[in-house]
Amino acid sequence: MVKKIAAAMALGLCLGTASVAYAQETVKIGVILPYSGPFADAANQLQAGIDLYIAKHGDEVAGKKIELIKKDTGGPAADAAQRAAQELVVRDGVDILAGFALTPEALGAAPVSEEAQKLMVVMNAATSIVTEQSPYIVRTSVTIPQLNTAFGQWAAEQGVKQAYTLVADYGPGHDAEKSFSAGFTGAGGTIVGSDRTPVANPDFSAFVQRVRDANPEAVYIFVPGGAQPAAIGKALVDRGLAPPDVKILAQGELTHPEALQSMGETARGIITTFHYTLERDDPLNKEYVEGYTAANNGREPDLFSIGGYDGMHLIYEALKKTNGDTSGDALVEAAKGMSWQSPRGPMSIDPETRDVVQTVYIREVQEVDGKLQNVIIHEIPEVKDPLHGTR
Amino acid sequence: MTNLSPAATTSPHDWMKRQSRWSPVEILFWLATLLPFFLFPTYLTLASQIAIAALFAISVDLILGYAGIVTLGHAMFFGLGAYTAALLSLRMGWGEPITALIMAGAVAGAVGFVTSFLIVRVQHLALIMVTLGLGLLTYELANSLTWLTGGTDGLRLPRTWPVLNYFRFDLWGYTAYGFSLAVLFVAFLVSRRIVNSSFGLSLRGIRENVKRMPAIGSEYRWHLQKIYTISAVLAGMAGGLLTQTTSTVALDVLSFQRSADVVVMLILGGTGRLYGAILGALIYFIARDQLAGVNPQYWYFGIGLLLMVVVLFMPKGILGGLASLMGRKA
Amino acid sequence: MLGNIVIVLFDGFAFGMLLFVLSVGLSVTLGLMNFINLAHGAFGMLGGYVTVTVMRHLGFPFLLALPMAFIAAAMVSVVFERTLFRRLYRAGELNQVLFTIGLVFVAAAVATYLFGTAQQPIILPSWLRGSIEIAGMRFGVYRIFLIAISLAIVALLVFGIERTRLGAQIRAAVDNQRVAQGLGLDVERVFAITFALGSGLAGLGGALAIEIVGLDPAFGFHFLVYVLIVVSVGGLGSITGSFVGAALLGIGDVAGKYFVPEIGSFLIYVLLVAILLIRPTGLFGRR
Repeated sequence: MVKKIAAAMALGLCLGTASVAYAQETVKIGVILPYSGPFADAANQLQAGIDLYIAKHGDEVAGKKIELIKKDTGGPAADAAQRAAQELVVRDGVDILAGFALTPEALGAAPVSEEAQKLMVVMNAATSIVTEQSPYIVRTSVTIPQLNTAFGQWAAEQGVKQAYTLVADYGPGHDAEKSFSAGFTGAGGTIVGSDRTPVANPDFSAFVQRVRDANPEAVYIFVPGGAQPAAIGKALVDRGLAPPDVKILAQGELTHPEALQSMGETARGIITTFHYTLERDDPLNKEYVEGYTAANNGREPDLFSIGGYDGMHLIYEALKKTNGDTSGDALVEAAKGMSWQSPRGPMSIDPETRDVVQTVYIREVQEVDGKLQNVIIHEIPEVKDPLHGTR
Repeated sequence: MTNLSPAATTSPHDWMKRQSRWSPVEILFWLATLLPFFLFPTYLTLASQIAIAALFAISVDLILGYAGIVTLGHAMFFGLGAYTAALLSLRMGWGEPITALIMAGAVAGAVGFVTSFLIVRVQHLALIMVTLGLGLLTYELANSLTWLTGGTDGLRLPRTWPVLNYFRFDLWGYTAYGFSLAVLFVAFLVSRRIVNSSFGLSLRGIRENVKRMPAIGSEYRWHLQKIYTISAVLAGMAGGLLTQTTSTVALDVLSFQRSADVVVMLILGGTGRLYGAILGALIYFIARDQLAGVNPQYWYFGIGLLLMVVVLFMPKGILGGLASLMGRKA
Repeated sequence: MLGNIVIVLFDGFAFGMLLFVLSVGLSVTLGLMNFINLAHGAFGMLGGYVTVTVMRHLGFPFLLALPMAFIAAAMVSVVFERTLFRRLYRAGELNQVLFTIGLVFVAAAVATYLFGTAQQPIILPSWLRGSIEIAGMRFGVYRIFLIAISLAIVALLVFGIERTRLGAQIRAAVDNQRVAQGLGLDVERVFAITFALGSGLAGLGGALAIEIVGLDPAFGFHFLVYVLIVVSVGGLGSITGSFVGAALLGIGDVAGKYFVPEIGSFLIYVLLVAILLIRPTGLFGRR
């Protein structure tokens, strides 16, 4: 056993020295994303965010060149992500692991990050447990409880007394349901009913009818991006479940640009919570959106893009702070407590949990200059994920 | 097909004995599987996942290549095995690899036995649809039981205990590959024994013409159930191996994607040959690695094209193509 | 309460009709040619993308885009049938399944290349949007449209099969191909025309589906399972079977989700397995 470890270490040292010699010129970042398969769109948006940042700030930091190595996981496959991470570390000699659009990917790569002691920047995966999997994980995206607990609380404080929750039946959906209810009931509201819709759900009529039967004051929705937001939005309005009779509350995916386009008039008055609002009137954001749409054929940025963009920012700033030292410990220390102004607004990394702390925005779909948009009606600053340390 | 020319008549037993002899190519092949330890130590994790996929593919070859059961839902057993090993480790704190692997196989096998009663009652499109339906059903069930399975997010598990209390699972993948390879080899030996026995011959008979089998006194339903259960055990062990070597599990081990991928591997390598399963797994992973490396988004194009080409021009897979080239009979 | 049931049935039936349009082509070609064409969904996707393209770039109205989707899918399918598929008619189920799945992979990759991975929304003409109220219940206009079109298609198909010469030829070839050939029927021509019709209908279905379920390069995969369920439950080679199977699936799916949402997602799979075990050739199948 000892011999085996010694042999492995010797081999590792040899390769390590070889790569260190090289590393004096480049910092290699392994990007693990589901480039192919059903989540390819998210991966593309995230990659575009990364590319935009590099295009804007150049590919040299602290005297070293930045090199990206991309690996595909094909979808929510923990084993593929683990293999990708391991190969990136052992074969390609990367210094930093990044990407991770889905929670299984992050869970799969975490053991590698921990054992090899590499900074791991999670740029999208949104479950609370992710940052607890390795002391080298830092997240720059968002967590579902972070958004929805604050949202539930705000809704109750606004005078909404009962709500019906309708979420997609998978991990993120369950998280959203739990955290919204926690925030909502904690501030005095009552949940009058809750349903879960199958993830690959083509037809919402049954669920919307059930909501109609319960006749609640408000309905809370969580569905993944893609085709579902428009479908459920239209279904709700078709049943007469629309503001001002019934409040529609949701996480921001419901009103992303393509969904708004498809829903048309029926989207008016929907209230959502999100960490990134495309239409936010802020010079930094405007510059970001212009740069992004110019580089991506008119496609607008979304939550995946900003996660990638800010993730790269974190890496660049951390490298500047450590003066190019790429060891996991140094980079994580540099990342802890880092705070900056992003196109989404102010954000920082909690030094204890290494998770993102940011402003939660409450938006309403209103007409601005003849076009329906998400207009920010309330801001809750410096929101942390409420679940860390409670499991 | 067997050679029935008068000049070459042999007794069935002699024929089977000949089939079960180890050819030098085979011995070379298995020796070559040890090469990654020395020549490609940075590829050990990939090698272990190929070995696991090969084991899964062998399990499907037993029913698809030998007994003619087309299945689009075998990931059901793979996933059952994966989750058994995961839950043993997480909920019961039992991380001993060999016993957990046996349990994974046993659980998958038990479910396989129960479903085999359904499988033998249908054929052709209905059979494909039933396997598909059962697979999708299991996925949805596991998703509803998110409190148990971790759902789509998956579970992170404590590291598996060292194999034989000595070989620790390490970052490089030495133990992972060694353990997976050993299990693959044992499973291969077992499968080889099965297919080269009279039981194996009866399976091929069923595949060729199921209607005639009762006429020669073969209890074909019972045979099908037996092989289906054995196949489920092996698939379950493959799933368990994956969990043990990665210390994670996610819902996608039960996905239709996995079921489809393994059938693709078989068609690439060639069905009904056992080695075709191993070769197919190798080709699939290498193709995927290379194509995804070139352009991750369009690897689907490459694999789709490869699939179409193989089916059109080499319907017996690459091994079948090679065999015809060399003039050997099935 | 009665009103709720009516609406649920209506919505389920409308969804079922969408499935019918998508699946009837596969059912007939499967029954006729015994060729498992899993790329059927890819033709649906083609129809969808053609619709989006002509509406967006050529400014065609929705109603004109629909027949274009039909024609485009039909033409492309004929090309594939003549060049590739016919080599596999005797190739065995597994090979057909895998070949056509490979084709779906390729189609998805091509769609990604041409259109990207984003959702492709379309904007319906205003008279197709919203809902109308009848007897205190709200019915979606688009769903009424779906039902109307599907019933029209059923009528046309049944009329075509029963009353036209081509229909008689198709029936003959489905019942007994060898004898039909023996009687001088050009079976290959019948195959090609039927295949084109079936795939064209799939394309039409894809175009109609955009409003309900959206369009992206994974459409071919998404709908594959539903279409296969309709075809195997309804029975191969049967238009009535597809109709009943699709209606059952649509209504069952929606009703299941309404009354017992916890099992909503796997009710259809349980039904699928149960029905196939009792009647392996489907409810209206022949073989």
